[in-house]
Amino acid sequence: MEALNIAIKSIFIDNMVFAYFLGMCSFLAVSKKVKTAVGLGAAVIFVLTITVPLNWVIQEKVLKEGAMAWMGAGFETVDLTFLQFIIFIAVIAAMVQLVEMVIEKFSPSLYGSLGIFLPLIAVNCAILGSSLFMVQRDYTIVEATAFGFGSGTGFFLAIIALAAIREKLKYSNVPNGLKGLGITMLITGLMGLAFKSFIGIAL
Amino acid sequence: MSTEVAEAPIELKEPAEALLSKRRKRIVADPLNEDNPITVQVLGICSALAVTVQIKPTIIMSLAVVFVIVFSNLIVSLIRKWIPGRIRIIVQLAIIATLVTLVSEVLKAYSYDMYKILGAYVGLIITNCIVMGRLEAFAMANKPYDSVLDGLGSGFGYAWIILAVAFFRELFGSGSILNVKIYEPISNMLGVTLQTNGLMVDSIGAFMILGIIIWIQRTKNGYVEH
Repeated sequence: MEALNIAIKSIFIDNMVFAYFLGMCSFLAVSKKVKTAVGLGAAVIFVLTITVPLNWVIQEKVLKEGAMAWMGAGFETVDLTFLQFIIFIAVIAAMVQLVEMVIEKFSPSLYGSLGIFLPLIAVNCAILGSSLFMVQRDYTIVEATAFGFGSGTGFFLAIIALAAIREKLKYSNVPNGLKGLGITMLITGLMGLAFKSFIGIAL
Repeated sequence: MSTEVAEAPIELKEPAEALLSKRRKRIVADPLNEDNPITVQVLGICSALAVTVQIKPTIIMSLAVVFVIVFSNLIVSLIRKWIPGRIRIIVQLAIIATLVTLVSEVLKAYSYDMYKILGAYVGLIITNCIVMGRLEAFAMANKPYDSVLDGLGSGFGYAWIILAVAFFRELFGSGSILNVKIYEPISNMLGVTLQTNGLMVDSIGAFMILGIIIWIQRTKNGYVEH
């Protein structure tokens, strides 16, 4: 039940975009059309659900102080936490590459729709950010998976909603300086305000 | 401007170029305003907004980002001829991640409470698109000294925008500047209570303020996005 709560919480209340500003770059850059937004959102869910638990295993079994005890005597006091950033980003980049190759091999149609977004995802801060938050919050592996999936879904919802608004926005008369990024920031702020209304929900 | 472009091919001999020639000044100055990484190029928004509730962590964050951009630009530029094209992203990420680890360890050692406040966002400098963007767009193709200048320009272009956002968020959200109370003395003087705006402390305020800064800056620049 705890895992379900975490998933729901990370979709609506602790939304990656609106509460933590993560993944903003691709959120702003790829939200001009709903179709591409769906592609990127799906790719983010996919990669997050894989990398967060994977990084959890690495954190618990390799990086944490004393985590290498399973290697035998002499490893109980090894603390590799300072390697966290470099290992996490390497895992993410490698996973993204691997996922890209697997999809290309087995499902060319899925690759056609997701493929171009995958390289972009390696440097999406939502992915690395979720792994770092997962460490900060001491999740178990089930909770970590739920958190990864929930964060991805939250991003998915946010980017689709923004893309749908921006498609309609094309027909409105926006002041010159506000066109593009400016008005998008203001809309994101208003959407964040709407998402804030979920805070009252007790889980 | 046009004369400068015309002169460039003649000045092929590197030592002939002054340490701070016109072209090099432009490398530093452009990202500060006309080609600002945040407001014009739309890069590095994540961390721009996350740490700007108070001014002090924002200053630390800006310094960290300037350090990482300058040194990653320098290192990549030094080894640019030996980086194989196919794996350059991983090489760049490894360099950035090493520098960020350095920053994070230094923070942990000398300023633990700042380290706690910034939390995961120090690590997120790795995926700050400004850093990657400068490496790809500039350091991979330019000499080390120019790359350092470019890093300084982009770093400070990023810094002044997030400091501006932080200034307004702290002023309106907490009623203070650099933890010095501003609202309280004014309230006492006027005999009315100035209320702080809770939205400014929240993420929404950050989006709004950045949107407005972008609006003002682009109106001044005359930059229009289509």
